[in-house]
Amino acid sequence: MLMNLSSALAGACVLGQTAAADGGYVLNVAGYSLWPALTITLLILVKVAVVIGVMLFFVSYSVVAERRCSAAIQDRMGPNRTGLPLSGVKVLGLFTVPKWKLLGLGQPLPDSLKLILKEEFTPASVNKFYFTLAPALAMMPSLIVVCVVPYACLVPIHIAFSSPFEFVLNIPNPGVIANIDVGILFAFAISSLGVYGIVLAGWSSNSKYPFLGGIRSSAQMISYEVSMGLSVIPIFLVIGKLNLSDLVQYQATHGWLIFPFPWTSEFTWSQLLLWPCLLLSFVIFLVSAFAETNRLPFDLPESETELVGGYHTEYSSMKFALFFLGEYAALIVASCLMVTLFLGGWSWLTPASWTPWYYNPPAGWLGLAITGLQAITFLIKMAMFIFVFIWVRWTLPRFRYDQLMQIGWKFFLPVALLNILLTAVLLAVIR
Amino acid sequence: MSATTTEFQTPDALARAQQGVESAPEFAGEKLIINMGPSHPSTHGVLRIIVEMDGEIVTKATPDIGYLHRGDEKIAENMTYNQFVPYTDRLDYLAPLANNVAYACAVEKLMGWQLPPRGQAIRVICCELARVSSHLLGLGAMSLDLGAMTVFLYIMTEREKIHNLIERLTGARFTTSYTRIGGMTRDLPPGWIEEAQAFVKQFWPKIDEVDNLLTRNKIFIDRNKNIGVITAETAINFGLSGPNLRGSGVNYDVRKVNPYLGYEKYQFDVPVGSVGDCYDRYLVRLEELRQSSRILEQALGNVPSGPIHVEDKNYLPAKAGVLTKMEELIHHFMLVTEGIDAPAGEVYFGAENPKGELGFYINSHGGGVPYRLKIRAPSFVNLSILPKMLPGHMVSDIAAILGSLDFVMGECDR
Repeated sequence: MLMNLSSALAGACVLGQTAAADGGYVLNVAGYSLWPALTITLLILVKVAVVIGVMLFFVSYSVVAERRCSAAIQDRMGPNRTGLPLSGVKVLGLFTVPKWKLLGLGQPLPDSLKLILKEEFTPASVNKFYFTLAPALAMMPSLIVVCVVPYACLVPIHIAFSSPFEFVLNIPNPGVIANIDVGILFAFAISSLGVYGIVLAGWSSNSKYPFLGGIRSSAQMISYEVSMGLSVIPIFLVIGKLNLSDLVQYQATHGWLIFPFPWTSEFTWSQLLLWPCLLLSFVIFLVSAFAETNRLPFDLPESETELVGGYHTEYSSMKFALFFLGEYAALIVASCLMVTLFLGGWSWLTPASWTPWYYNPPAGWLGLAITGLQAITFLIKMAMFIFVFIWVRWTLPRFRYDQLMQIGWKFFLPVALLNILLTAVLLAVIR
Repeated sequence: MSATTTEFQTPDALARAQQGVESAPEFAGEKLIINMGPSHPSTHGVLRIIVEMDGEIVTKATPDIGYLHRGDEKIAENMTYNQFVPYTDRLDYLAPLANNVAYACAVEKLMGWQLPPRGQAIRVICCELARVSSHLLGLGAMSLDLGAMTVFLYIMTEREKIHNLIERLTGARFTTSYTRIGGMTRDLPPGWIEEAQAFVKQFWPKIDEVDNLLTRNKIFIDRNKNIGVITAETAINFGLSGPNLRGSGVNYDVRKVNPYLGYEKYQFDVPVGSVGDCYDRYLVRLEELRQSSRILEQALGNVPSGPIHVEDKNYLPAKAGVLTKMEELIHHFMLVTEGIDAPAGEVYFGAENPKGELGFYINSHGGGVPYRLKIRAPSFVNLSILPKMLPGHMVSDIAAILGSLDFVMGECDR
């Protein structure tokens, strides 16, 4: 959380300067304007709160989604009984809250209550400091990475009205918490810290099964980070920028990277030449994302039939829950990145000329609403990827450790390198 | 005072250190000893394997069994033959009907009895239902160990249907205790045959479903091909039986080699593997599901009418006279309290059970109680190969190998 805030604040200072350079004020209520840098910092804090809130909401509900989807895949019912709190209870003798079962949508509450109320047992032999630090480290990187993911466009929102009092609010970068130019590098740099949580958990538990799990996972995550990083290079060769917002903007005008539809405004037929390379990038990125998030078929660090629980064998209660939820947070971040990199982020599949208001929102409350619509579009695409993750998990068996490493180093790495070469050559030919 | 001591004199400290390094190669690299079980997700019960590993490679594996030992063989010496039937449920508790049948057949062999055709047909149906149920769980547990949980749950749905059938037939879903010496507790309930036929009919596509999910799955093949190879010779030397033996390419099925209960009348093939790896054992089990379904179709379509019990005037009183005639009543009373008066002698009966050849060796000194009852538990014999098989594999392969051996600790520990 702290790092998240500090990175956001760093972004805020940059933004504050740009806003000041524009000469305009950001917030003006009844003639009193606030110092722009402070206002922008406050705005960013609001954005952080909203984004983290939505993120945690999705974390808890992707657990429900996982349980419901796996049940559907396996001919079971899944959790379908938990309603919302107070259902069936007469409130203040006035009205009775209806007994909605709501498809088990109340499930996150009892789930987390159960985990909180469990005894928090710390084995005597562990290294207490790292043992406590590890779950926090497992959860944090995912929360930090979301701050560079653009969930809406960057057209500033301008809200102004004069009655009952004069009010002017400019939101300079509504679509992303920190619009930094090294976007994707930052995402990779932070998400690779996630391995520390697992390695530290495995090592500090001072127990054999977690130790094996920790070793496996450090090898696995480092290996797949390489192919994951290499797989996105062709994209940025094509775009020429590392900024994720620019990437989404490019996809809005040129067509999505995995589907360059020809009805976009700046579509050129030469793009189709690059399409196979980008598709290959997508496949490598998708598979590496499975490995990075420790999901089946790559869930070796915690493969429960071999290593009992893997790195979190010795954890209980909320410490375990942090690993558990951290895994889903990583899943969500991976989905976010995939949507941003390959699926056009918040953009629609329709020609931009049909809905110009969507790509260039007007000022006022309408602009805010359209920004919200963009965020919802983004979330729907993200949910689709979450479903793919769940679907694959409940269909495929698990790789063996050495097979996994072989695929990573002997197949994906050379293919990703060749892909970069091919893209570069094609780009040279086209331009 | 004949003890002698041999002393080695080493000239200097350096040479002593050198000698120490040479004589103790384990100092070259530290090995990790981990304890798999008795409570471990992939050991299917209470098997404990002490695994010595060099990195992820197993260098030594020592199975430690006996956590489920109940002394069944000794218990058998203290009760009449019929009283032991419920104990056979708890041997291979995934196929209790087959154990009941095997035990009853063994005692009947001692008595020199032959069941009437209807009784034999019902027992064949029981055996094959149990085989289907057990193989299903074997496949399911194997796929679960390899991470494919969905297959396991599909399979559980099918087992549920079998358990429903078994419940209708015997009154219990799991601990059936269906057979008695010389017959069964009850005849087939009305309409049961049609239900069973309906089950078999809908079961064929379900086998294909499992087949489609696993057989050509690249990950599944990679995890199983050339893993846990048992050559035909090794398999025979270790006394393996059942699908594990046939997976190694040995065409040995007690139902074919030494038919009992009229198995010679049914048409079925014995699937045989070629390499003897986990994948072959999986394929053999999958094909045996189909063959068992074939047998079930034949048996269910042609259940003879007539009695299901042996009628032997020398041992059994006329049922009709038990409640009206003194002699028959006394005879019946003695039969219940003292057990059947079995002849003295030794007998061994081996049945082709889902896990392998389940054998009962009975040493009788006459009377209603065996002098010695030895159970040849296929799981016990099959597991004896672990120390030979596991070294050289990776720790992840242990899950695949244990899954493919398909053992039950209830039977192994007895």
